[in-house]
Amino acid sequence: MARMSLKVNGRTLTVDAEPQMPLLWVLRDKLGLTGTKFGCGVAQCGACTVHLDGTAIRSCVTPVSGVADGEVTTIEGLSADASHPVQLAWDDFDVPQCGYCQSGQIMSAAALLANNPNPSDADIDAGMRGNICRCGTYQDIRGAIHAAAEQANSKNGEEA
Amino acid sequence: MRNETLELDRRQFVKLGAAAGGGLLLGMYQQDLPAQFGGPPAAITPQAFVHIGTDDIVTLTIHKPENGQGAETAMAMLLAEELECDWNNIRTVFAPVEPIYGGPLQGTFGSMAVRTSWDPMRQTGAAARQMLIEAAAQRWNIEASECRAENGFVINQITGASLSFGTVAEAASRLSVPDDIPLKAPSDFRLLGKPMKRRDTKAKIAGEAIYGIDFELPGMVYAVVERCPVFGGTVSSFDASEAMAVPGVQDVFEIPQGIAVIADNTWAAMQGRRALKVNWNEGANANLSSEQIHSELVELTGRTGAIAADRGDIDSALADAATTVQAEYAAPYLAHAPMEPFNAVAVVEADRCEVWTGTQIPGLAHSSAVEASGLPADQVKIHTLYMGGGFGSRGGGSWVAETVEIAKRLSGPVKLTWSREDDLQHDRYRPASCVHLEAGLDSDGWPTAWSGRAACSSFAGLRNGLDREAVVELANPNYEIANLHFEYHEPGIDIPTNYWRSVGHSQNTFFAESFIDELAAQTDKDPVEFRRRLLADNPRLLRVLDIAAERAGWGQPATAGSSQGVAVTNCFGSFNAQIAEVTVENGRVHVHRVTCVVDCGRVVNPAGVVQQMQGGIVYGLSAALRGRITIQQGRVEQTNFHQYEPLRIDEMPEVDVFIVPSDEAPGGIGEVGTPAIAPAVTNALYQATGQRVRSLPITL
Repeated sequence: MARMSLKVNGRTLTVDAEPQMPLLWVLRDKLGLTGTKFGCGVAQCGACTVHLDGTAIRSCVTPVSGVADGEVTTIEGLSADASHPVQLAWDDFDVPQCGYCQSGQIMSAAALLANNPNPSDADIDAGMRGNICRCGTYQDIRGAIHAAAEQANSKNGEEA
Repeated sequence: MRNETLELDRRQFVKLGAAAGGGLLLGMYQQDLPAQFGGPPAAITPQAFVHIGTDDIVTLTIHKPENGQGAETAMAMLLAEELECDWNNIRTVFAPVEPIYGGPLQGTFGSMAVRTSWDPMRQTGAAARQMLIEAAAQRWNIEASECRAENGFVINQITGASLSFGTVAEAASRLSVPDDIPLKAPSDFRLLGKPMKRRDTKAKIAGEAIYGIDFELPGMVYAVVERCPVFGGTVSSFDASEAMAVPGVQDVFEIPQGIAVIADNTWAAMQGRRALKVNWNEGANANLSSEQIHSELVELTGRTGAIAADRGDIDSALADAATTVQAEYAAPYLAHAPMEPFNAVAVVEADRCEVWTGTQIPGLAHSSAVEASGLPADQVKIHTLYMGGGFGSRGGGSWVAETVEIAKRLSGPVKLTWSREDDLQHDRYRPASCVHLEAGLDSDGWPTAWSGRAACSSFAGLRNGLDREAVVELANPNYEIANLHFEYHEPGIDIPTNYWRSVGHSQNTFFAESFIDELAAQTDKDPVEFRRRLLADNPRLLRVLDIAAERAGWGQPATAGSSQGVAVTNCFGSFNAQIAEVTVENGRVHVHRVTCVVDCGRVVNPAGVVQQMQGGIVYGLSAALRGRITIQQGRVEQTNFHQYEPLRIDEMPEVDVFIVPSDEAPGGIGEVGTPAIAPAVTNALYQATGQRVRSLPITL
């Protein structure tokens, strides 16, 4: 057991954990941040996706000791009130069915758009194929990502 | 004063009177369940479905758990339509386990939520509305007929004055429940039949929705269970010393289902489990293998079985046929693999057992908890939470029993979490099936005889030697064929089985729709035209086929270089036709486009129907392409998603769903999209490759 300091969603938190405990379980069981989900434990399904310094990672295979002083962002911290453009688009398209994979889907989509503001269908496929949805919401996910991109681009266009 | 009676028939409501804190409570009768689920409950204790507070907030108790299928939203719409409340003033809670909510099988399965609630929910809303109107009318000293309800208010049509529902709820609660409540004409619907956003979307996109796996209680400990990897095996001995040495592990003990490891967090429990040393009595199934199972099933299809259907004179018809066609078809065991592995939180004390879990069938979760705890039923409470998928797996039996067994041995609350490996290896599976099909054709190539045998483990038990689900669409084909004979074998395999999205249709539609295509091909008939003639007496199925053919551009695929395949199904009270456009590239199947036409009768939420048809297609396509659970030495070989890989976004076809406008009674939708996609794809593959796929998953 080690005492460590973690930056999560803009706050610095102290937690006692085994260094090899995956970040997923630190978030869920130690910090009560249950928005990040457990789906497979072997980085096959993407339900555990969070951002580390803005990059999408699978928290189920990231030992908490590997986080060090990086900035962790979970679904709870992506925006103050579900107002991130991806979340707004997800709402518009009414994407979730059971919803369990959707935290991970949203985090992956947000990272994708941060790196590629205008993704093609092929870009979306590549960027999102690590996130499984058993309910089959993929068509709406694709539509929502395109809409979020367009929305962000038109805003930028207005500001320019 | 209304006579309170414990026995309700369809037309009576029993009113409970003012709720604690004021307002109107209204009971609801329980729609008859289909006969195979035991029929209507005999005596029901009335419970509340609607609470209208003096603060105008309408709290609806949802008796159909939400597993992604949209039941929460649909139930709320059915109520709100007649109640005339403000849609934005609705709160929803999931029902406790009480007889009025459905009896021993209280829950959602069989794509029945809307079709069994269509009348009762509207009548509940209408009755409450009438009582609110009556209360307001009395206050104004006018006739009820001079009032109307609108958006949470009762309006005095003479003066234009209005009273909010909350204002008159208390007075309404003192009135009699009306006997006869006229319902709106569909032409007056404001909500029903129009697309509605889901009520749970906002919580789910914020990461705030609480699933079973997220639930916490103060002082809760965490558990995992190590189970014998061989079906039916038991613990012989175990050594917990290394497990107990893992940091965070608090206890290790045996329960009927295996060895429980208790820790102060999930990860420590999982690590403790890896350090366990267990000797198993592997038991009778230690050598069970998929190869052995398959050959047993095939062998059974060569032997006379229980007669599931017999019409006309099959022997003469086959003997006299100009051509006979025979084929063997097969489908494997399938796991459900919902995204959220099973879990529950339970606490057991001397006189109380409470369980928090996501379950499709709270009634079953309740009876499992009663049995495991040994407590009387009224001391056992189930709290139903959101589920990360069910697909037929989440009935609430196995993991609830395990959690209660663990909680019995602890002094506080415990959360049991299954791993993905547990989920794939200890599921109750969609059973494997082997089928022999034989048909006789006349000299023009039209079928005169349809015959066959299925060997398939029962989904959930035999009745009179038959499992109707295991032979559906085979013993009762959709097509007009004069002579019919079908037999069934229950093979006695010791692998647990369960309903899986679309149940018997999940493999039988593949068998039947592939074989019908084979019959068409005998005389080079177009697959759509062949079906059209044989569906002449099946107008709703014919109609979806015709619309699909038109929308898909049958004969002129939109995807360049693709081949088209068609399949139809009639299941759960609905009718579906799908046409898939498929190419084969580098030996891999690509499904580019699916045209999906569904007639599900009157629709509550068309947006929900589209979601379910898309979702059902993805679920079926996953299985068709890669779904296979295999057994060696009595254990499931697949461990995680890399060995049981669902469809990913880069394989998602473009799916076009068209809902046929209909005045017919609502049909089901949750499972309806799944059966037809596999044969639509394999029938397209036949066009593309000349190769007939007769077993799933598809291998080229």
